[in-house]
Amino acid sequence: MATDPRRQAPRPGFVLNVDRQTPPILFHHGDNFRLEKLPADRTRVIYPAEPLPGLPDPEGSIRDALLNPIDDDPLPSLLKPGMKLTIAFDDLSLPLPSMRKPDIRQRIIEQVLDMAAAAGVDDVHLIAALALHRRMTEDELRHALGDRVYDAFAPQGALYNHDAEDPDGMVELGLTRHDEQVTMNKRAAESDLVVYVNLNIVSMDGGWKSTATGLSGYSGIRHHHNVATMRESKSFMDRHSSELHHSNWRQGEVIKNHGPRIFQIETTINNNTFGYDGPLSVLQKREWEWTARDRATFMGMKKGLDVMPSSARRQIFNSWKAPYELTSVQAGNVESVHEVTLEHCFKQHLVPVEGQTDVLTFGLPYICPYNVNSVMNPILVMCLGLGYFFNMYRGKPLVREGGVLIMSHPTPWEFHPVHHPSYIDFFEQLLAETTDPVELEQKYEKQFAEDEWYIHLYRTSYAYHGVHPFYMWYWGAHALQWLGRVIIVGGHPRSVRRLGFQPASTMQDALEMASDVVGSSPSITHLHNPPILMADVT
Amino acid sequence: MSKLAKQLGLPKIPAALSVRRLFGALDFPLRAPSTPKGVAPKPQIRTTGGDYDTSWARKRPARIARAAIVEGPMRLAVAGLAAPERNGADRLLDLPDEPLIFAANHHSHLDTPLMLTSIPEPWRHKMIVGAAADYFFGTKVTAALSSLAMGAIPIERTKIERRSANLAADLIGEGWSLLIFPEGGRSPDGWGQPFRGGAAFLAAKTGVPVVPVHLAGTGRILRKGRSVPRPSTTSVTFGRPLTPAPDENANRFAARIEREVAALADEVTTDWYTARRRAYAGDSPDLTGPESGRWRRAWALGDRRATKRRRTWPDI
Repeated sequence: MATDPRRQAPRPGFVLNVDRQTPPILFHHGDNFRLEKLPADRTRVIYPAEPLPGLPDPEGSIRDALLNPIDDDPLPSLLKPGMKLTIAFDDLSLPLPSMRKPDIRQRIIEQVLDMAAAAGVDDVHLIAALALHRRMTEDELRHALGDRVYDAFAPQGALYNHDAEDPDGMVELGLTRHDEQVTMNKRAAESDLVVYVNLNIVSMDGGWKSTATGLSGYSGIRHHHNVATMRESKSFMDRHSSELHHSNWRQGEVIKNHGPRIFQIETTINNNTFGYDGPLSVLQKREWEWTARDRATFMGMKKGLDVMPSSARRQIFNSWKAPYELTSVQAGNVESVHEVTLEHCFKQHLVPVEGQTDVLTFGLPYICPYNVNSVMNPILVMCLGLGYFFNMYRGKPLVREGGVLIMSHPTPWEFHPVHHPSYIDFFEQLLAETTDPVELEQKYEKQFAEDEWYIHLYRTSYAYHGVHPFYMWYWGAHALQWLGRVIIVGGHPRSVRRLGFQPASTMQDALEMASDVVGSSPSITHLHNPPILMADVT
Repeated sequence: MSKLAKQLGLPKIPAALSVRRLFGALDFPLRAPSTPKGVAPKPQIRTTGGDYDTSWARKRPARIARAAIVEGPMRLAVAGLAAPERNGADRLLDLPDEPLIFAANHHSHLDTPLMLTSIPEPWRHKMIVGAAADYFFGTKVTAALSSLAMGAIPIERTKIERRSANLAADLIGEGWSLLIFPEGGRSPDGWGQPFRGGAAFLAAKTGVPVVPVHLAGTGRILRKGRSVPRPSTTSVTFGRPLTPAPDENANRFAARIEREVAALADEVTTDWYTARRRAYAGDSPDLTGPESGRWRRAWALGDRRATKRRRTWPDI
């Protein structure tokens, strides 16, 4: 709990106009950092809001949400002896980085189960709603749910990962009014009640997307995870302007009419990614406020990271658990709950920005939703930059149409062979032929999605589904269409060129290269992210 | 004695050297005065038992010494003898930095060191322990050692007295957390004993939550009646803090604490959800064991028996 008065009155995000006095700006650079001096008088830096105070009594707030849900009956009144109860929860892609114990999912699921125990419910299953992501390991499940829940359910086979390719484990619920198929995990579909536990780190998460995507399979997901939908999602972080969400909401209608009763629980967390104290706290401070100690810490950390092998750097960063605090928890009707969640998300993340820019810059960190405890491969670099970071806007993109995006990341030609087997083939074979998402979708998606070997690895190993690298590429389709050029500073040249982008050694070189597209004196905007921020562009 | 000396063939002690003769010869003021008949004897001020003054053990030098003892030799001894597995401390994470009453079941003298090394910060080093006045404070030496090493305060268990409860309540009011074993003594046979109302009374009086704690395995290491410890494994399970309901008296609250400890015991032997199901249905296995003959109670302990049967036949 925050006791420091400064933590009780956090400063909102803001836009800094860079002048000659402005110190070099921090860029995340994979598992390292860069400090870049940005041109004065034509550069803006958008800073995230400081972490909002966490709820003083998280357990009490969770209990209150379950007993007083929004547009729904209190949870205890929905629980009956002899019923089939399924608790589905977000997988390891949330939050980023993983949070310190106890994870919010553990806190909520323990309370839901406690109420189920009081009602005498015997038939309870817990399902990691991972859609086409990789399965969670025992350690990851224990971290998310705690040992008590794991030991009570996993040994009996009542706690497991969703399997979208299990021929006996999926059911079709029907078609939407746009003829989109809706499929669902059979156990969930046949339950009397599905309690879905969300961890909404950004505004994209939650709502009907939780069940319509998380518990679905390829035949349902392909209707919104495609190039046309992603290009019409402007942005997919803004649910009301996102075709991705509209499609999920249509599928939600089918679930509402033909599927199980859903009791939705959504939570938001604050921006306390790197802590108020400790070695990484400097990463969430504004550069001109770095104390002598912060500077010494940063320099020591940077020197240390510079001489370490990449595996050691990765291990260090993957071991970081964020001290996130719960800022809101709401439960009940899916749609009503999600609207409240969005308000809380935006309260933490939105920063008003006036006007677009010619050049948008940002530094990509070591992690994205698909490489937790894994390797950030070049396709994920593209997805994080052109997918997630580019779409961190409401209104219109931060960069003008035809503008230039400059990202900073080492982009090594490196893949995790267990987690990302289909990514390797996608990168080595398909991207060598074309980087056009439409062509990739039409020629190769079905082949990768139905490949028996990839399906086998998804079901029995810890591999992402064969079709997953396509989705990563589609995630950036809107940005690919919008941007005039993409430059990666400090990236491995061959990897960067394979992605269809241009490598640059330094930020000065990148700005020089950008001038070919946007002229010699372009306006520049730097997105100082993470901690997470979302630009409200007018 | 003289008979024994004669049997053993010891030489006879000269009468002049006899202790009785020697001191009996001394007269007042060299010996204590006798009280005249008809005069009420002056009441003696006891300095042991429940009257022992433990305030010195809560002063800074003693606290530093105790922290060194707990984190040094006590932690090493507990790790070596008891190999504890500690669970449930996460249930205390959200609590404000205010005092708590830890109420645990009691099987062994090892319970206190195990608890003192398991209770998480910020409570561990501002802790007092309710200890039997007649046992731990029987002499000045044991009283001083108990106060210094454990932060013990005397609790009368053989007579009804307000002094112990008032002292504990005052100290809780000053910010000290309390460790108490509501059974009032170690288990005589491996089964638990009914919880007394002390912890519940103090919680009601001070408004401080009670944390139920279940200890398992310490009886195998050093049960009542044994003086040499035998290393084994133990577990410490912290439960959710409990506060008395507005209409709940101390006895009913004590019974609820006992039920929660029983549910924690169930959690250790089964799993968390089964334990919660049984707790809500009122089916948690009783800590006090079956009401039956002695051998059947011992038999029902199963693997929890303090002594294991000696194997007489080899495994085939």
